[in-house]
Amino acid sequence: MITTPTKLVNAKRTKDSPVKSSLFRQSIRKLSKNKLAVSGFVVVILMFVACFIGPLFSPYTDNKINMAMMNKAPHLKHWLGTDALGRDVLTRVLLAGRISLTVGLASMMLSVFIGSLLGALAGYYRGIVDQIIMRIADLLLTIPSLPLLFIFGALLSEWKIPTDYRMYIVMLMLSFVGWPGLARMVRGQMLSLREREFMQAAVVLGLRDRRKLFNHLLPNIVPLLIVIATLNIGGAILSESVLSFFGLGVMPPTPTWGNMIDAANNMIDFQERPWLWIPPGFSIFATVIAINIFGDGLRDVLDPKQKR
Amino acid sequence: MDNSIEIDHLSTYFYTEEGAVKAVDDVSFRVPLGQTVCIVGESGCGKSVTAMSIMGLVEEPGGKVISGKIDFSGEDLLKLDKHSLRSIRGNEIAMIFQEPMSSLNPVMKIGEQIMEPLIIHLKMSKKQARTRAIELIEQVGISRPEQIADSYPHELSGGMLQRIMIAIAISCNPKLLIADEPTTALDVTIQAQILDMLRDIKTNSNMSILLITHDLGVVAEMADYVIVMYSGKIVEEGEVVELFERPKHPYTKGLLKSKPIINQRLEELYSIPGQVPNPLDLQESCYFHDRCEQCMSICQTKQPQLQEVGTQQKVACWLYEEAVAHV
Repeated sequence: MITTPTKLVNAKRTKDSPVKSSLFRQSIRKLSKNKLAVSGFVVVILMFVACFIGPLFSPYTDNKINMAMMNKAPHLKHWLGTDALGRDVLTRVLLAGRISLTVGLASMMLSVFIGSLLGALAGYYRGIVDQIIMRIADLLLTIPSLPLLFIFGALLSEWKIPTDYRMYIVMLMLSFVGWPGLARMVRGQMLSLREREFMQAAVVLGLRDRRKLFNHLLPNIVPLLIVIATLNIGGAILSESVLSFFGLGVMPPTPTWGNMIDAANNMIDFQERPWLWIPPGFSIFATVIAINIFGDGLRDVLDPKQKR
Repeated sequence: MDNSIEIDHLSTYFYTEEGAVKAVDDVSFRVPLGQTVCIVGESGCGKSVTAMSIMGLVEEPGGKVISGKIDFSGEDLLKLDKHSLRSIRGNEIAMIFQEPMSSLNPVMKIGEQIMEPLIIHLKMSKKQARTRAIELIEQVGISRPEQIADSYPHELSGGMLQRIMIAIAISCNPKLLIADEPTTALDVTIQAQILDMLRDIKTNSNMSILLITHDLGVVAEMADYVIVMYSGKIVEEGEVVELFERPKHPYTKGLLKSKPIINQRLEELYSIPGQVPNPLDLQESCYFHDRCEQCMSICQTKQPQLQEVGTQQKVACWLYEEAVAHV
């Protein structure tokens, strides 16, 4: 007799109690209504799946040079044709995607980490810490990032860094130029958050700075960080492609989308063999556009104040 | 020791472009153990800044505690280093703020926020802290404590949040609870509940309360001892019954007169004429003189000192300075 009503109440509670609808769930629900953002997300996911799983089904992953199959137009055996060394373009585009996406993701994570940490420290401690960090950031922001990356790239070639390591160094380079803008934004948020009443309450509770910073302040800007991080991936992929296109990023034979489009530098390849440069070009285009659309949708959901 | 906290000649100034603002000017008082002391006054009279000074919340640059001593169980809070201050805050002195809605971190679960001081000050394990947090939620009169512990601040009402704030404040059994207008943002029925709860907690755990309010109803309900502040200074203090029955200072009289009485509809509610003086250009005079009905010539040139009048009552007004009265 008594158990039945309680059960009923409990069942109802788990179904639509406010506790269940966290910000995360709400955001996903709102995001799923944005068709454009969802399609962007789907494209990104497809890209990842294709690049990381696709090559497993290809018989050409060994990158063997095959002189008999040089510069063949797309046909049944090589869906996107072959390049000057007889390698399968489709396989190379997918393998290149692995590198490009990894570099994009990794350098984004690193720059978000550096940027949010330094920005948080600057905004929280203010004074001299703020001055030092933000002046360095300003300095990096005043130098256009592309020339800076070129100089780094040229230095790497000058120092004869082994090609295997270059990928990692390129990641570091990209995050090095990526963090200042982010740090600025995080600092701004921190400056306003630290004055909020709940931070006074945190002081009154006798919390340590570290706890205040990482348990109380940073979680408040996670939505902002997610948005910036997402948009940053696109930028990082683009920068990596630019660098590699100019032969200053990841070096062949390791394929990346950027150094594959390098084929377009050659007049004959450009005019006669579009299968060499259109696939990597389209991959960059599709990925970056998809990421940006998704990021924009995310921003509308997570950070509505930032809407222009 | 029979005092929970003793404030001695505390002065806190804020520096603005136009000059220094004496937000708290040479204020001394004490909170006896197990008693409730109320600080009353209009907006901007320095009552909140007094509380902030005690908790060390006045931040430089901008504001600074110029002088004074805050004696808390034998230690001067103003001279303590960061570490010892941290172990007192939240542990031995707790504070409740005016706006419960904005005093809790919006992205942390209620339970976690109650657990925090328990883990830090009482060195509890996460599991113990959680059990204790749920007990505390229950203790402040909220049902379904488990569920509340897992919800976020925006999911609760203001009254519930203020209860949670109280739960956090009493979690470490503090010796002193500073409540800065704890009921101002709440509606009247909830106000009464919150005040009742504070009173119960006080009697049960023998805690002292420093209550800051502008609401004389709250004062009458809660206080053992009342301090009336005006323009950063104490103008009158005394035992609650005494002060309400025989207010001495014209300002206190004015305050008491401007309180609406239920069931009595007046044409116009009494209000003290004039404005609070600009804290930037305070003269060597009684700060209240231009609003005072009994203003004398000396009031415009000299500042009255806090004097004992009768038992347990002090007032800073020339009307009660016998030496002057005879002149």
